[in-house]
Amino acid sequence: MRTYHQLTDPDRSGLADQIGAQRKRVAERLAGVRRIVAVMSGKGGVGKSYVTAHLARALARGGRSIGVLDADLNGPTIPGLLQDHDARRTTHDRPEPASGLDGVRFVSMGQFLDDGAPLAFTGPSAESFVWRGAMEASALREFLGDVEWGDLDVLLLDLPPGMQRYIEVCDILGNPPAVLTVTIPTPESRDAVRRAMRAAVDRGSTLLGIVENMVGGELKGSAGDELAKEFATPVLAQIPWHPTRDTWNQLAAQL
Amino acid sequence: MKFLCVECDQQMAFAERQLPGDGTLAATFKCPKCGRVVAMLTNPMETQLVSSLGVEIGGRTVPAEPFEMVHANVVTGGPAWSSDAQERLSRVPSFVRGMVKKIYGDYAKERGITEITPAVMDTARAELGLEGM
Repeated sequence: MRTYHQLTDPDRSGLADQIGAQRKRVAERLAGVRRIVAVMSGKGGVGKSYVTAHLARALARGGRSIGVLDADLNGPTIPGLLQDHDARRTTHDRPEPASGLDGVRFVSMGQFLDDGAPLAFTGPSAESFVWRGAMEASALREFLGDVEWGDLDVLLLDLPPGMQRYIEVCDILGNPPAVLTVTIPTPESRDAVRRAMRAAVDRGSTLLGIVENMVGGELKGSAGDELAKEFATPVLAQIPWHPTRDTWNQLAAQL
Repeated sequence: MKFLCVECDQQMAFAERQLPGDGTLAATFKCPKCGRVVAMLTNPMETQLVSSLGVEIGGRTVPAEPFEMVHANVVTGGPAWSSDAQERLSRVPSFVRGMVKKIYGDYAKERGITEITPAVMDTARAELGLEGM
């Protein structure tokens, strides 16, 4: 009996070609984006989305065209941080990004879900772990490849904790994005963020620098400086508990 | 994925894809030599796995729509409401607004309408006999 590779008639399903077409679609859609920056940590609760939103606003105030992709599909917060609570109605069936504070364009799973509703997929509930990850990756691909981002100076990707979404982004884009790392001062954060930075370096991402958030309060440690030294990348900002507009403007000026 | 008619030593050709609506998928393949047809039947989990990749067994016959996977598979809680439709809904007395919203939502969902507009509301009112809502 002949084997798969010995059958030479065209495979009409052409799954490989369909995957290739998806990649091409992403590349075409992002052709007008000059720079893609993944904001990541590896540690939850360090303020990635908060930093992303305020950095995006500062960049936009500086005259740059900025987009944010809220890649935290299970805990989307960007619509709230950019204060467009009505974004869902404007983008549900249209591929344009919503417009938030200071003209920052964004897309988020939050625009597709009812308030307070968790991200859920149709399909069999049993063994959903088998396909749920692929569903999320596919949703991310659609956010990158279906949204008419237009011409952007910077597209910020607000990643959830952990490394999985970063890896998916690398696979979808075909090239690893530049990475901006967010940490808080504690040793626990340092250790978790170190793993993420190591993974980013291993994948070939350029490390733009570190933002140390929640500085000056009860959280003790020097994670920012230690990671900066270890990875030979600068601490771009130390964000206090009550940052001002100048704080964000100074961070934006370095990117 | 390819199918071989062992008796004829011929690669079978994709013939038809069916989605029965119960989460399963049926795809048929036909031997070009003897005409034998076999069906590949996938269970809901297997179907979902293929769907999650954003690909179609048998190949695409139409280009992908924006947010195709998200629209097809994410539980969104109902169709979107245009700003005009939202404004019109806001004029419904609050004690029945939820019920009215659900009626329009169910109407749209049953018909595959992804966004409720005033025009959709007018049509629904006429079809469902909801004059005054």
